Amino acid sequence: MDLKLDHRTEDRLTIVEVEGEIDVYTAPRLRELLIDLVNKGNFHLLVNMEKVDFLDSTGLGVLVGGLKRVRAHDGSLELVCTQERILKIFRITGLTKVFGIYASVDEAKEAHGKDK
Amino acid sequence: MATVELTFSALPAHVRTARLVATAIARRTGVEESLLDEVRLAVGEACSRAVEAHRAHCPGEPIRIELRDDSGRFEVTVSDQAPSDEQQHEQTYELGMLADPFMSSFGIAVIVGLADDVEVFPSPKGMRIRMSWPAAHNGHPPI
Repeated sequence: MDLKLDHRTEDRLTIVEVEGEIDVYTAPRLRELLIDLVNKGNFHLLVNMEKVDFLDSTGLGVLVGGLKRVRAHDGSLELVCTQERILKIFRITGLTKVFGIYASVDEAKEAHGKDK
Repeated sequence: MATVELTFSALPAHVRTARLVATAIARRTGVEESLLDEVRLAVGEACSRAVEAHRAHCPGEPIRIELRDDSGRFEVTVSDQAPSDEQQHEQTYELGMLADPFMSSFGIAVIVGLADDVEVFPSPKGMRIRMSWPAAHNGHPPI
């Protein structure tokens, strides 16, 4: 499956919906979207990965790059993910300590609201 | 011993094809269903790393994958022709250490975390990554 991307803004949180495979071929599209969102002043991003079938280190690199960009603006980039196959690569690489990872968009929004 | 060999141009679009072929052969060889995701990801990482290395050093040269059913193991070897002396790195990283795009050694760290058995052979003539997983001794019978 190719990569489908969509985004919407709720309050100050921009939710990025990702569906399909994030790999060396498709990751540049996600990178472009995250850069574009940050350039347009969206500094609090929530990436919903519940419909991601595949994620490799190229995709991880794009997410880390996005995190570095939003942090430069005191922003945040957090994830929604419950799929074990995707969580495993975050654990292997130690990135579970770097990203906030939530079980649902609602849970992330609630946590984000408390941080305001 | 059954062997499948695949060569492909150093294009990111072909990495997905390589993943699909490797997963299909792993299933046929008798690798457990629960390990197929690991095979898919590890082979994808090895091929992605090779594609990036070839694009930087020798974009016209093909990348080669060998998939073997050997004595109860499913073995995959990904070989590139880009000069390399990379060594394995730690498996955890601080945010400040991470480049964007990612350093290629990060992919190797992922492979090491996924494959049952991994050997990385860097050399000036290219890198060879050999990884394997347990498989049924006879695999699935051919159709």
